Amino acid sequence: MDAFFEWFRVLYDETGINLPFLYDDYDRNRMVDGFLMTVKLSLVCLFFSVVIGVVGAWLQGSTLKWTRRFVNGYIQLFRNTPPLVQLYFFYFAIGSQLPKVATDWGGQAPVLGSFAWAAISLSFFAGAFNVEIFRSGLEAVPKATVEAAEALGFSRLRIYTDVTLPLAFRVCLPALNNNLVNLVKTTTLAYAIAVPEMLYEANQIWSDNVNVTEMMVFLLIVYFLLVGVLVWSMNRWERALRIPGYG
Amino acid sequence: MKVLLAPGAGAPPASNPPSRPLASARPCLVLFAFLLLSAGIGHAQAGAGTASALEVLLRWMPLLLKAFVFNIAISVLAMAVGTATGTVLGIGQLSGSRAVHAVSWLVTQFFRNAPWLVLLFFAMFLLPFEISVGSVSVALPDWVKATIGLALPVMANVSEIVRGAVRSLPSGQWEAAESLAYSPRQTLWLIILPQCIKRMLPPWMNLYAILTMATVLASVVGVSEIMTTTGQVLASEGGRPDLLAPLYAFVLLLFFVYCYPIARWTVRLESRFSVKG
Repeated sequence: MDAFFEWFRVLYDETGINLPFLYDDYDRNRMVDGFLMTVKLSLVCLFFSVVIGVVGAWLQGSTLKWTRRFVNGYIQLFRNTPPLVQLYFFYFAIGSQLPKVATDWGGQAPVLGSFAWAAISLSFFAGAFNVEIFRSGLEAVPKATVEAAEALGFSRLRIYTDVTLPLAFRVCLPALNNNLVNLVKTTTLAYAIAVPEMLYEANQIWSDNVNVTEMMVFLLIVYFLLVGVLVWSMNRWERALRIPGYG
Repeated sequence: MKVLLAPGAGAPPASNPPSRPLASARPCLVLFAFLLLSAGIGHAQAGAGTASALEVLLRWMPLLLKAFVFNIAISVLAMAVGTATGTVLGIGQLSGSRAVHAVSWLVTQFFRNAPWLVLLFFAMFLLPFEISVGSVSVALPDWVKATIGLALPVMANVSEIVRGAVRSLPSGQWEAAESLAYSPRQTLWLIILPQCIKRMLPPWMNLYAILTMATVLASVVGVSEIMTTTGQVLASEGGRPDLLAPLYAFVLLLFFVYCYPIARWTVRLESRFSVKG
């Protein structure tokens, strides 16, 4: 493995293509940490945004007028404002109002750090789109199916979790897929509040080594691969969930 | 025209019919109330002798609005550049020539799958600060570079919109034009594209709203648009933490007021076109 990494040092000496995150231990660890942070942030946001979407779509079908209005207000607010400003609002405006806790080394730290706020903010942002996506899926479920479930004595919640949601899920997977790809790309915004994710670490490395071009190309390739893995696994999931004769 | 808004499979839910113009005013009011509330919180926290959040907001309003207009200008310019290049790229994707098709496809996929912020960095760092043609050198200010950086993903998305719209037309249109002795170029420009515009308009407007919201990314790379200006206003007021919420809420409000009508309009166009087919 060392010989492999050393080859890139030779490459730098010979051609001037500088890839320090391969031949330098320190930079390599930074890049790996950044990559893992991006993956972690993406997974946390994927999970919570889908949860918000499922719960929001359920609340949107509520019989209470104000619950529906509240959910609609949330969707419109988060869909029509820039995610970066939302992130700043959460992190600076709300984050600064929260109490501070003592850290291990006697300092003061906010209760929620930048990673937590990035996860919260991006989950709410993508969640607003997911609610709409799940709603469109629910609308595609035939009314007769719901009526049949009602006739069998299912409660409203049971109908949602056991009948309409599983069917709606299959309909809206392509749209969901699209939104989750967007979410992975949006995690780069966490750079703005100094979450040490991939773009942030790449920035650190190109500041030290002045190799912006190489780092940029590398970043684009890695995001390309990340999105590719996500699309591939979602497509596999879509196929696994397929019910013959439905949709 | 009544038929167009008839409830059907593709019609929007009854809770917010697109035909009611007043319906769009309500969320703005809610958001404005939210702004006043956050300003009120700020006011309650501010000690005596300091300007209230509302006063600060009013004092800096002209500057902030001017910066917001700059954002809009960047978005319009990036949209124009992106649409022009994207249309060419989209037509390239439909080209009969295998090489042209492959290159257009690759460029589209590359810029469509890269994060906007990374592309913005890409444009910021890799474009020269001035372009020399012979003895004439034209300076490239940072906002021009940011506009180019934002136009790249727009270009790729427009390319996909054009390709999708052209593909969605029944092939009979091409065959009918061919039998009427139109050349392929004439068919594209006189028959196919005019019909596509109707289909492309809603996703295109959607893309514009996304682009407008992405213009704040330019603050990360140092263009003095609204987020940068807000940061400067906060700094010049002495970094008071109670001003953070009202100022950021004001920026949110500005974008909401601009983007929400576009979103409503898009939904209305979509439902209208979906009935006509």
